[in-house]
Amino acid sequence: MKDTISQAEPVIVARDLNLVFQTNDGPVQALKDVNLTINRGDFVSFIGPSGCGKTTFLRAIAALEHPTGGTLTVNGMTPDEARKSRAYGYVFQAAGLYPWRTIAGNIRLPLEIMGFPRSEQDDRVARVLDLVELSGFGKKFPWQLSGGMQQRASIARALAFDADILLMDEPFGALDEIVRDRLNEELLKLWDRTGKTIGFVTHSIPEAVYLSTKIVVMSPRPGRITDVIDSPLPRERPLDIRDSRDFIEIAHRVREGLRAGHGDEV
Amino acid sequence: MRSLGPVLVVLAAICALWYLAAIWMNAAWVNDQAAREGREVFLVDLVTETLMQERPVLPAPHQVAKGLYDGVFGQAVTSKRSLVYHGWVTLSATLLGFAIGSAAGILLAVGIVYNRAMDLSVMPWAIASQTIPILAIAPMIIVVLNSLGITGIVPKAIISAYLSFFPVVVGMVKGLRSPDAMQLDQMRTWNASGMQTLGKLRLPASMPYLFASLKVGVAASLVGTIVGELPTGAVAGLGSRLLSGSYYGQTIQIWAALFAAALLAASLVALIGGLERVTLKRMGLAR
Repeated sequence: MKDTISQAEPVIVARDLNLVFQTNDGPVQALKDVNLTINRGDFVSFIGPSGCGKTTFLRAIAALEHPTGGTLTVNGMTPDEARKSRAYGYVFQAAGLYPWRTIAGNIRLPLEIMGFPRSEQDDRVARVLDLVELSGFGKKFPWQLSGGMQQRASIARALAFDADILLMDEPFGALDEIVRDRLNEELLKLWDRTGKTIGFVTHSIPEAVYLSTKIVVMSPRPGRITDVIDSPLPRERPLDIRDSRDFIEIAHRVREGLRAGHGDEV
Repeated sequence: MRSLGPVLVVLAAICALWYLAAIWMNAAWVNDQAAREGREVFLVDLVTETLMQERPVLPAPHQVAKGLYDGVFGQAVTSKRSLVYHGWVTLSATLLGFAIGSAAGILLAVGIVYNRAMDLSVMPWAIASQTIPILAIAPMIIVVLNSLGITGIVPKAIISAYLSFFPVVVGMVKGLRSPDAMQLDQMRTWNASGMQTLGKLRLPASMPYLFASLKVGVAASLVGTIVGELPTGAVAGLGSRLLSGSYYGQTIQIWAALFAAALLAASLVALIGGLERVTLKRMGLAR
């Protein structure tokens, strides 16, 4: 797939994006003057402390939040149009599988909602189960699977309807580090095979550096972008790349960016 | 089975208290009779005579058990003295009322969850409806429906539905709102319609709440039916057995009918409990 990726074709474009929440304690500026271009095939991580607006930005792309200023386009459309044209799959922090549906039934859920024909549903379910290495688990119920497997099933569900964009909001945040490493590795393979554009929110510096082609460092009050790092790491990334010089340098720059954004509050 | 012991102890204690109460409450009549006949009452006579009266103030447990047994097994089921006959009359109206009440409750709950105007306006009326004493309103419902030419079990079923829809509304509103913000956002990312969100997420998620309220609702249904039978002139049904028993001072008949009603209610609740266990286990929602 990667050979067909054309250079620098913008998919998600934010220009002077502002988002203000009206709360009982007065207005809260969740995003301030955010400018960012995400190209087709990018793996973009958003990293920053709580309240920096990284999740809000991802939700704005998904049309789950509505910006109060500036422009945001997804595939050249407004986020809401993009949502209606099934431009993205969204993976939440919790797997959110329905306990009354099997794993295959859960993955079939968005396909049923979108009205895919029955035979095609079965094909697609089988294909994405294979993609996340859960073939043979389709007939199991969620409680029969470990947390990591459940999260893989939820990724499969987000992939089932072939959206070009995958938005992931701390998908591995609740998992232990060993499982997390393994899923990160698998996610990279999956990204390489499918050529999707991925937006990935995380708290973890190593996770962000390991996964991304572009790292967006954000800071809170008001939520804004403090640094955008284009990673020089190659597409092929074995786990031990984390001991390489490049990796450590990028991680250092991310850490510096986080510290600068935080001011003297730390 | 370990819990059987305590249960039996409590049951025995209740029976013992009941016997003591029966002796105490029926003693006045025994003493009266004895005084009239000019004989003295010893403790043994007091106990035996208070527990074997034909129309005691408080029948003893064995008398009620005998009354219940005779009513259920001692008569042809078509007899007007059979508790099976009266029980069936009450049960059929209860089931019809329960079906109407549950359906109305579920529909109202869906309306409340999906329509803001209904959310603001229906619940206060539903609560107000339950504050009106059903005993006061039941005869009016019967009279009004009779004048419209509606007779038979339907008027009773409507009173029964009136009592049973409320717990279902309250439970289902809570149940339909039980999916969290993340699950609803997820539906939005798939551009699901309101009907799809209802059918695929809200309704399945509300099942534990539905069964909990159905259990309350079915018991309320039975009470509603019995109340509905009281002003019909005691034609048939457990309610009529209660009423005719009180007309003629047949306390044993009243208590037997009461226990028949209690057994009926317990069976209905147990039946729904069984359905609940099977359904929730199959849905992976069992606790």
